[in-house]
Amino acid sequence: MASDTSKQQGRPGPEMGHRPPLLSVRELGVALQTRGGNLQLTQNISFEVGAGERVGIVGESGCGKTVTGLALLRLLPARSMQVSGKILLDGTDLLRLPGRQMRAIRGRQVAMIFQEPMSALDPVFTIGQQIGEAIRAHFPVGAREARERAVDVLDRVGIPLPQRRHDEYPHQLSGGMRQRAMIAIALACQPRLLIADEPTTALDVTIQAQIIELLVKLSSEAGTALLFITHDLGVVAETCERVLTMYAGQVVEDAPVEDVLVRPRHPYTSALMRSLPNLSVPKSVLPSIPGRVPNALAMPAGCRFAPRCAHARPACGRAQDALPVGADHRVRCARFDELELPGTAA
Amino acid sequence: MNRRWRMLGERLSQVIPVIVLATIIVFGLLQLVPGDPAMTLAGEQATDERIAEIRHLYGFDKPFLVQYGTWLGHAAQGDLSRSLLSGERVVTLIGQSFPHTLTIVVLALLISLLVGVPLGILAAMRAHTRADTAISALSSVGVAIPNFWLAMILVTYFALGLGWLPATGATPLGESVVGSLRHAILPALALAAGGIAELTRQLRSALLEVLSSQYMRTLRAKGLSETAMICKHGLKNVGVNLLTVIGLLFNRLLGATVVVEAVFAIPGMGSLIVRAAINKDFPVVQGVVLSMVLVVVATNLLIDMLYSVLDPRVK
Amino acid sequence: MSVPLLQAEDVLVQFPAPGQAPIRAVDRVSFSVAANETFGVIGESGSGKSTLGRALVCLNRPDAGRILHDGADPFALTGRAFRAHRRNYQIIFQDPNAALNPRMTILDSVCEPLEILGEATAAARRDRARAMMDRVGLSGSYAGRYPHELSGGQKQRVNIARALTVRPKLMVCDEVVAALDVSIQAEVLNLLAELQGEFGLTFVFITHDLGVVSHVSDRIAVMYLGKIVELGPAARVRHAPLHPYTEALLSAEPSALPAAMRTRERIVLHGEIPSPADPPSGCRFRTRCRFAEPRCAVDAPAFREVQPGHFAACHFVDQLTLQGPAS
Repeated sequence: MASDTSKQQGRPGPEMGHRPPLLSVRELGVALQTRGGNLQLTQNISFEVGAGERVGIVGESGCGKTVTGLALLRLLPARSMQVSGKILLDGTDLLRLPGRQMRAIRGRQVAMIFQEPMSALDPVFTIGQQIGEAIRAHFPVGAREARERAVDVLDRVGIPLPQRRHDEYPHQLSGGMRQRAMIAIALACQPRLLIADEPTTALDVTIQAQIIELLVKLSSEAGTALLFITHDLGVVAETCERVLTMYAGQVVEDAPVEDVLVRPRHPYTSALMRSLPNLSVPKSVLPSIPGRVPNALAMPAGCRFAPRCAHARPACGRAQDALPVGADHRVRCARFDELELPGTAA
Repeated sequence: MNRRWRMLGERLSQVIPVIVLATIIVFGLLQLVPGDPAMTLAGEQATDERIAEIRHLYGFDKPFLVQYGTWLGHAAQGDLSRSLLSGERVVTLIGQSFPHTLTIVVLALLISLLVGVPLGILAAMRAHTRADTAISALSSVGVAIPNFWLAMILVTYFALGLGWLPATGATPLGESVVGSLRHAILPALALAAGGIAELTRQLRSALLEVLSSQYMRTLRAKGLSETAMICKHGLKNVGVNLLTVIGLLFNRLLGATVVVEAVFAIPGMGSLIVRAAINKDFPVVQGVVLSMVLVVVATNLLIDMLYSVLDPRVK
Repeated sequence: MSVPLLQAEDVLVQFPAPGQAPIRAVDRVSFSVAANETFGVIGESGSGKSTLGRALVCLNRPDAGRILHDGADPFALTGRAFRAHRRNYQIIFQDPNAALNPRMTILDSVCEPLEILGEATAAARRDRARAMMDRVGLSGSYAGRYPHELSGGQKQRVNIARALTVRPKLMVCDEVVAALDVSIQAEVLNLLAELQGEFGLTFVFITHDLGVVSHVSDRIAVMYLGKIVELGPAARVRHAPLHPYTEALLSAEPSALPAAMRTRERIVLHGEIPSPADPPSGCRFRTRCRFAEPRCAVDAPAFREVQPGHFAACHFVDQLTLQGPAS
C-alpha cells in the first residue's frame, strides 16, 4: 500500500525485526460525564495492531469493548464522553487531530462495521448511494466512476447481481446480504484497519460462517488489519491471530490466540472458556463465575476480578499492572506464574 | 410506476366515503340552523303563501334525502346553486375568492418553510446550546401569539406606520403579480408565525432522533461531514415527518385565514363564508365548506402519494 | 410402554399470507417427548422452531395433525378444563422482559399465575412465590423490586420461578439463554438442570445454539424451513450426523479450540436461507446442499428411521459420508 512508508519518524524506535505497528493504543480511557462527576468506563487500555494483523477483543457485555472500538474512531458523543490517552495511527495521535483531518481518516484509513446491519444502514438511500458517497468523500471521482467502484466492491464482498443490488434499498436485502453491504461500504476506500463490532452476532450460524470466511479472505487478500470485537470466543478463534480479553473496563490479557486457548494466564479468560457449553461434557454442571461484573461506580480497588476469582490472594487487593508473560503475551494478574489454568483444550 | 398508479386508485376509493360523509354533514348544516330556512329567506314580513312558495321553490318541503340527492347531483356537475343574497352563482363567487386565500396560504407556507427549516436544522445541530435555547424560546412565542393580534401589529407598523405595504384589500394574481404579493405579504406573515414555530420544533425533534440513530454513526464512520450528514441524510429521513407537518399546517392555515382575512379586509374564502353565514346565505356556506373539504382531501392525497417517493419502504 | 408426555403427530401450523398461499411455518412434523426428557430443537431463522414451541403449549393451534398431552388432545378440552390443563405446559421466551410487567414488583409477577388459577389464599400464594424465588437464586430482597432493577440473567430467573410456581410437567424453553452472557448462560443452564431433577420436569429446549442444545439435550431435532430433517440421540446427532444440513450446521459453529484440535474441514453453505413463504420444491435443503442431485428437486425425501432411534430426511442418507464436528 502506498501510504505504508509515510510518517516513519518521530516515534520511539520499534523493536528490532518488528514491523512498526499500524495502530498503537496507549493508556486509552473513556469516562462518562454525569452530573455526579466522571464515571470511568474503561481505563489504561494499551495494545497494538500490526499492519494486516487480525486482533480480537473479547469480553462480556459492559466490559467496555464496544466503547473502546468507538473511541478509536472518535465516534463517541463528545458532549458526554471524555476520551483520554493516545491513539496512534502510524504515529499520529488521532485524539489530537482537528475534525477535518479526522474525517479524512474515517472510512479511508480506518473503517468500522456494526452489529445490526439493518439499523446501521440508512433506510432511504440505495446500497450503491451509500457506498458511492463513501468513495466520493475520499476520492475526487465522478458519479460514473463511483458507481463502477461501488459495483466492483459489491462483487468483491460476494453479493450476487451487484449491478442490480447497487440500486436496491437495505430493506430489500436479507440479513446476511445487508452485512455484506456494510462490509462493502467499509472496504470501498481500501482502509488499512477495519474495526468490526459484533458483525455476526445478529446472523444465523450458517450465514455467520459465510461472513467470517469473507472477512478473513478480504483481510488477507488486501492486507487490511482487522479489529474484531465480539463476545464469542469461538468467532475469535476462527478469525484472529491475537486476542485481548477485557474485563470491567480493562484489558486483562493480550496474547496470541493459539497460546491463550491452550494456556490462558488470566483466571477470567480461563473461566470464560470453561463456561462454554459446547466444549463441556454434555449434561455436566457448567463451570460458572460467581458474583457479578462490578459496577463502574464501585470498582474494586485492586485487581478488578479478585472478588470473583477462585485464585484470589490478599496481594490481589493492590492495583494490578499488565505484566509480560512472554514477548507477545501480557496479563493483568499477579499470580500468573504460579497458576496452571485450563484453556479450551483441557 | 404501475404500482404507484394502483396505489392512487386505492387511495381515491378510500377518499370517496370521506367526501360523501362530508357532504352529508355540510348539507345537514342547513337542517341544524334554528328556525325555518324558508321563513328566514322570505324575510320577516312575508305572508304564509310566500313562505310556502319559497319552501316549494327550494325544495324544503321534500324529504331530507331527496333534497340531499338533488343538491349532490347538481354539485357533482359543478353547480353549487346561487347565492340567496346576490343571486350570483356560488361557483363564480368561490372562483373569485379562492385565489386570494390560496395566495396568502401558499405564501405563508413558503415563509414557514424558508424560515422554519433552517431554524430547525440549526437547533438540531446546536442542540442543548444557547442558540438552541433561543430558537425554542422564539418558537414558543410563535405558537403562543394569536395571529389576529400579530396581524394588527403588522398593519400598525408596516402599513400604517412605515407605509411600506398596503394595509387592506387584495389584487388578483392575474392582474398584477407584484401588487398581489404586496397585498399578500403582511397577512401571510401573520399566518406564518405559528407555522414557523411548528416546523422548527417538529424538525428539530425529528432531526435529533435521526441524528441519534445507528446509521448516522455509520455515516460518520465513513468520513462524512456533519453538514452532509444532516442536509442529505438527515433531511431525507425526516422528509416523511416534514411532509406530515406541512400537510397539517396547510390545512390549519386554510382555516386560520378566516380571521386574518377579516383583519386585512381581503375578499377571500374566509370573508365569503363569514358574510354568508351572518346573512344565512346557505348555498354559499355549503359551497365554501364543500370546496374546502375537497382541497383538504386533495392535499392529504397528494401527501400520501409523496410519502412513497420519499421513503422507499412505503408501498 | 407408557404414553409419552408429549406427542406431535403430523403437525401443520400455517400463517395466512396476503395474496399468496399460506406460509407453512411448521410443515407436517411428528415426534414424541418422554417424561423427564430434555428434547432439543435446533434451527435457524425461518425454521419454524418457535412456532412449533408455541404449538406444543397450545399457543398456536395446529391447522392439521394433533398435539397430544399425556395421550389426550388438549384442544378437545374447553373453558375451565382447558385452562386447568394448560398449567402443566409452560413456556419461557428469549426476551426476559416479554413476560414481566414493568409496573409490577417481582413478587407480584411471580404470584400472578397462581392468582389467575385462583389457587390457595393470597398469603399462601406469596409464600409459594417467595419459596420459588429463593429456589431459583433470587433472595428475598428482590421481592419488592421492579424488572428494570434486575439484570437480564436475574429477569430470566424470575420468569423461570414464575413458570414453576404452577408446578408444570413440561416447560418449553424458547432461546432462554440466547440474550445472556456466557458466564450467566452457564448459571441459568445449571439451574434448569437442577430444577429438572428436583421437580421432575420435561424440557423442550429450542435454540439456534448448537453448543447449548447438545449440552442440555437427550435427543435433538434439527429443523430447516418448517421440517424436521434429522432427529436422534444428542450424541449421535452431534458426532455422527446423518443429514447434510446437520453436518453443515455443526461445521459452521465457531469453535474455540486451538487450530491443532480442529481436524475437520469447514463446510460453508452457499446462498441464503430460502424464504419459508416460498420453499424449494422437493427437499427443502437442496438449494444449499453440497450433495444435491436432480432427484432432490422432484421428490421430497421421506423422514425415516435410519438407525434405531435416529431419523433423517435425505434420499442419500445411506450413501453419504458426513463429517462430524471438531469436538
